[in-house]
Amino acid sequence: MKALLMRDLRLATRAGGGFGLALAFFLIVCTLVPFGVGPEGGQLSRIAPGILWVGALLACLLSLDRIFALDFEDGSLDLLATAPLPLEGAVAIKALAHWLTTGLPLVIFAPVLGVLLHLPSPAYPWLLASLALGTPALSMLGAFGAAVTVGLRRGGLLMSLLVLPLYVPTLIFGAEAVRRGASGADPVTSLVFLAAITLGVLALVPFASAAALRVNLR
Amino acid sequence: MTTRLAVRDLAVARGGLRAVEGLSFSLSAGQALVLRGPNGIGKTTVLRTLAGLQPAVSGEVEAPAESLAYAGHADGLKSALSVTENLRFWSDVFGGPGIDAALERMNLRELALRPAHALSAGQKRRLGLARLMVTGRPVWLLDEPTVSLDTASVALFASVLRDHLGQGGAALIATHIDLGLPEAEILDLTPYRAGPARRDSGMRPAGFNEAFA
Repeated sequence: MKALLMRDLRLATRAGGGFGLALAFFLIVCTLVPFGVGPEGGQLSRIAPGILWVGALLACLLSLDRIFALDFEDGSLDLLATAPLPLEGAVAIKALAHWLTTGLPLVIFAPVLGVLLHLPSPAYPWLLASLALGTPALSMLGAFGAAVTVGLRRGGLLMSLLVLPLYVPTLIFGAEAVRRGASGADPVTSLVFLAAITLGVLALVPFASAAALRVNLR
Repeated sequence: MTTRLAVRDLAVARGGLRAVEGLSFSLSAGQALVLRGPNGIGKTTVLRTLAGLQPAVSGEVEAPAESLAYAGHADGLKSALSVTENLRFWSDVFGGPGIDAALERMNLRELALRPAHALSAGQKRRLGLARLMVTGRPVWLLDEPTVSLDTASVALFASVLRDHLGQGGAALIATHIDLGLPEAEILDLTPYRAGPARRDSGMRPAGFNEAFA
């Protein structure tokens, strides 16, 4: 399992691995919004939690189709499926690698982009906490979408359509936690729901993804 | 002789249609079996079914758990990783022996640090076959292993295969090329092709009965 994680991290950080693309996309989205909405601080700080969360979610989506598609094309997915590693474990590890190379950098850089969007200062710890709790679910649900559409031509587009609705609960509770943090209300309830969704996803989705992969490998 | 793989009355399907049925054979330690048959008869499908990548329509496959190593048309190489990194990854995943012997035997020592995208097709194939040696599994399922290999490399691979058989391994090989393994037995799949009549009976009544069984 460790070997698979190290390989995926190495592949992501080598040339052509796409590391940093999601981060750059997140940066650009969050910079474009003030241009579109106008530089008025009050308005920006009102929509900042939503923009940050939607931006992070779309950035996460960008690199999802690579999770299994590349392994499927070069045949390593077939070989992984016949390896002693359970396919459920392989799915979980690949989602973890995706989170480490995409989700975690987004979490770390989100506060910087919060400044661009006039996010009120009490909201920063909650922004970090909600993204840290929510993005693992995004990677895992994305791995499921990638597993369902693996081997399909133009599967990336279909995958986005499948995965985005699944992101709705995470988005609602994540953005709500930041919004409550910004307005001084208690964000803990939203965070608890967010954590519960993530834990549920982490517990169940690897099995669904592995089942989808087995069907697609036939 | 220990039986490495026993197949009884196996039927496999490709794209929902039965391709091969009634296939029975057994493979004991030290034995190599070459699958022959015209294109499209289902050699790849049989190998993928035995590897566990797709379910059999009917019949039994008996093999000790985790004893099969499959090598398909694609080599499963990552072009951004070097030869050593590619091989070490599979060695770690399968928990097999170290990669040194495999590098040596498949004549990859000089290419060890080269990234896989800079290899020729034949060199990639050699690396893909070296992967089998680091899985540490006794039964090799090989699908056209000699594609893009030159005659010297085919001979090299044949000697690797013979060593593997000598150590109690077994191999099931789908190929049209003479591997230079006179001891390998030949299994022609043509008589096992699912006929139109049998295909029909396999499609409807069997499914109907199964649904209400």
